[in-house]
Amino acid sequence: MSSDTSLPVLKPTDFASDQDVRWCPGCGDYSILAQMKKVLPTIGVPRENTVFVSGIGCSSRFPYYMNTYGIHSIHGRAPAVATGVKCARPDLFVWVITGDGDALSIGGNHLMHAIRRNLDINIVLFNNQIYGLTKGQYSPTSPLGKVTKSTPFGSVDNPVYPISVAIGCEATFVARSIDVHIKHLGNTLKRAAEHKGTAFVEVYQNCNVFNDGAFSYATERDTKADTVIEIEHGKPLIFGKNRDRGIRLNGMDPEVVELGKGISEDDLLFHDEKSPEPSLAYLLSRMRYPEFPDPIGVFRAVERPVYDERMDNQIAETIEKRGEGDLEKLFNSGDTWEVEAPV
Amino acid sequence: MSTTTNTQKPVKELEAATVRFCGDSGDGMQLAGTQLTNTSALIGNDVATFPDFPAEIRAPRGTRAGVSGFQIRFASREIFTPGDSVDALVAMNPAALVTNISDLVDGGILIVNKDSFIEKEFKLAAIDANPLEDGSLSGYQLFEIEMTRLTRLAVEDTGLTGRDADRCRNFFAMGLVFWLYNRPLDPTLRFIESKFSSKPDVAEANRKALHAGYNYGETTEAFHSHFRVDKATLEPGRYRNMMGNQALAWGLVTAAKQSGCNLFYGTYPITPASDILHELSRHKSFGVRTFQAEDEIAAIAATIGASYTGAMAVTASSGPGIALKGEAMGLAVMTELPLIVVNVQRGGPSTGLPTKTEQADLFQAIFGRNGECPMPVIAASSPADCFDTAIEAWRIATQFMVPVMLLTDGYIANGSEPWRIPKVEDLPKFTVKYAQPPQNGDEFQAYSRDEYLARPWAIPGTPDLMHRIGGLEKQHITGNVSYDPENHQKMTDIRAQKVANVAQTIPAQEVNGVEKGKLLILSWGGTFGSCNTATNRLLEQGASVAHAHLRYLFPFPPNLGELLNRYEKVLVPELNMGQLRALIRSEFLIDAVGFNKVQGKPFAVSELVEKAENLLAN
Repeated sequence: MSSDTSLPVLKPTDFASDQDVRWCPGCGDYSILAQMKKVLPTIGVPRENTVFVSGIGCSSRFPYYMNTYGIHSIHGRAPAVATGVKCARPDLFVWVITGDGDALSIGGNHLMHAIRRNLDINIVLFNNQIYGLTKGQYSPTSPLGKVTKSTPFGSVDNPVYPISVAIGCEATFVARSIDVHIKHLGNTLKRAAEHKGTAFVEVYQNCNVFNDGAFSYATERDTKADTVIEIEHGKPLIFGKNRDRGIRLNGMDPEVVELGKGISEDDLLFHDEKSPEPSLAYLLSRMRYPEFPDPIGVFRAVERPVYDERMDNQIAETIEKRGEGDLEKLFNSGDTWEVEAPV
Repeated sequence: MSTTTNTQKPVKELEAATVRFCGDSGDGMQLAGTQLTNTSALIGNDVATFPDFPAEIRAPRGTRAGVSGFQIRFASREIFTPGDSVDALVAMNPAALVTNISDLVDGGILIVNKDSFIEKEFKLAAIDANPLEDGSLSGYQLFEIEMTRLTRLAVEDTGLTGRDADRCRNFFAMGLVFWLYNRPLDPTLRFIESKFSSKPDVAEANRKALHAGYNYGETTEAFHSHFRVDKATLEPGRYRNMMGNQALAWGLVTAAKQSGCNLFYGTYPITPASDILHELSRHKSFGVRTFQAEDEIAAIAATIGASYTGAMAVTASSGPGIALKGEAMGLAVMTELPLIVVNVQRGGPSTGLPTKTEQADLFQAIFGRNGECPMPVIAASSPADCFDTAIEAWRIATQFMVPVMLLTDGYIANGSEPWRIPKVEDLPKFTVKYAQPPQNGDEFQAYSRDEYLARPWAIPGTPDLMHRIGGLEKQHITGNVSYDPENHQKMTDIRAQKVANVAQTIPAQEVNGVEKGKLLILSWGGTFGSCNTATNRLLEQGASVAHAHLRYLFPFPPNLGELLNRYEKVLVPELNMGQLRALIRSEFLIDAVGFNKVQGKPFAVSELVEKAENLLAN
């Protein structure tokens, strides 16, 4: 989005609405909200040109807390509502806030199509691997065997992985961050905002009431260095408390290796977020704890034509070629005939 | 119109004629009917059409299920229906003959393609004997013509043979019917020219077949005379032929232009509504944005998003798709955003009869959402009326900040009639006003109200009007989320009152016929033509009868209750099992009588007349 430097510089608090935030105390959503309010002033888009669209679920209350335009729509449909917003008004800066149930279960179809159209919108999926608003049923990202209110004997449902899904839908920008990893989260949201095309961001978000600690391996101080790997464009995949472990490709498969002992950084897999083919990004999306560290950062960032822009261009080109629509001309086009008044 | 009107055979004057082409769904019957329609309209007849085709694109060839028909009535006076029965039937194969013959009038003209009356085709049509030989057709003027052979002969020098040559048979049949009713070939020749410009051999073959058919009528001994139907005395003005879906699309384009909004049309392909999308997608020079969504829900969801940003937002579907849109319509009601939801009704329930007409979605339109969820509902009465109704739907939607349901049906969507081209300066104009930032430092209230109870339309990009809306109950005035019990009651009342207020802005219901008397025929939607024609016939007989045709179904026109009470009996004919009748009975406590059927076909005028006569006699 273009920035207008003549505008007064806004503060995070300028983006706070007058509504009380009503998530449970300790919810990971607070952190994401705080980072969003921090990032938006740095983008420079006026508040009145910003629209937050959400579906249903805990995360979907998000628009109410932003002092921008916003629609809290219906379950699963936020990407479709946002599509209408963006197509009708390509000048607007549009965010979709959704959750794992909203985006991947009831709204899976809309997520897929918004992403493949590559509308210039940003989708932030709060993944807490549980249905929070309906009080604790397993979600499409809950692990197999998960015991919840609706699966007292453990879930027999295979989960999906949001990043893999997004890549499968031809996403041009895919990233992951973690609610409590605030600096990384802020940077990731900013990168998403700056991407032209659909930016898809998965945020590991802790539901401390119904699924507390689902991502503790990735957030606890003493484990996170070994369970999370920050991927950066052009850099080798290194992780570990002492940054002494890395990811190497063994044929088509990644493997964890110890640096030293004859293995140098040059032997490691180097991240290339701009790779035209999504194979590497997909491979990274399949790496997950405990066999691998969970990658966070930007998996993929490529430029592709944008749907709303193409739609706009088609109209502009037609008007240029044929002139602006004229009702009189339309009505009288093709075969017509005159009925005269009887003499 | 020079080439072909010099004829040697005697010409008989007719006031009106009804012709039906029928054949296999691959035989080009819809094209034949459309050409006859356009030509008849162009020479000044009033026309009414009834295309009738199977749901399958190519149903098994030669079978009864695969029969496709196109009926057209053209007249030298104003007409409202394509006719109950057929004066001339063109049947391209045995299946078409056996499924359509019962609609041919006694002594009517029956033209068959003799070449297709062979054993193999009888089997496909599931008949035992050759109907051309068993005497069953003795009550008609039967013309057995070797259309296949003659067409092949006619196109011989174009190089087209076999199946390609046979594809020109519909033009042969057209040519013959054009001769029979003294229609010029020029419009069809122009059509061939443009339609087949990239296939000159096909164009030439079709031209030859058309002429061959025409000349067959003129030169062979088979036909002794032919007919003429003079120009109709329609209201003076410039006319064009219009199909319902096209009229609807043009009405939407016009409403957008007249209201100063950009049209956003979000939809998912469905029979019989898809032609609206096809038509609108051509009009990019009007700034029309068409969005073919991934499903019905996305189509309306995107439409709501577009409406939030200030666009003229429209979605359309047919019954099954409307069912899927139900929840989102609730969101539009709750967020009080202007929207048009078009339902081109078809036979239901479920997938039902996709290509056949019905008007059984009235309850769905009025009641088919969760919660107390009122939406204004209006219905178009004829193909051309779709134009005006579309404009009116947007007028209501924007004046009241409410989603509006616009009902049409497969019969008027695919049917066509002459449309008097309006002068642009005579069209309704209503510039939409978006909310402006408050001047005196007041805070913007998203759910404040005007005199009609409409809330302001505040669109993104406007400073100081940032607000959030959604499906949760809104606090009165502020629009913030509210779970307060009293507030929910209040907001429910306001939403209901707002829709009720629409009645203050619509014209009083008028009648055709006696102002007070024995019988009122009350109808809505696509049955206008049949009901109006039936009423006129009854009035000619001196009956104490009147016809009221409703455009506004929810809310009703304010004078409707009083009007109903001026008649001893009220007859409500509907192509459903009595939905308007139930509404009338419950709203006005009137013992309305129904006349109902769901057979995928419009009413015959005669059956309505008969029903009315029964009621008048008792």
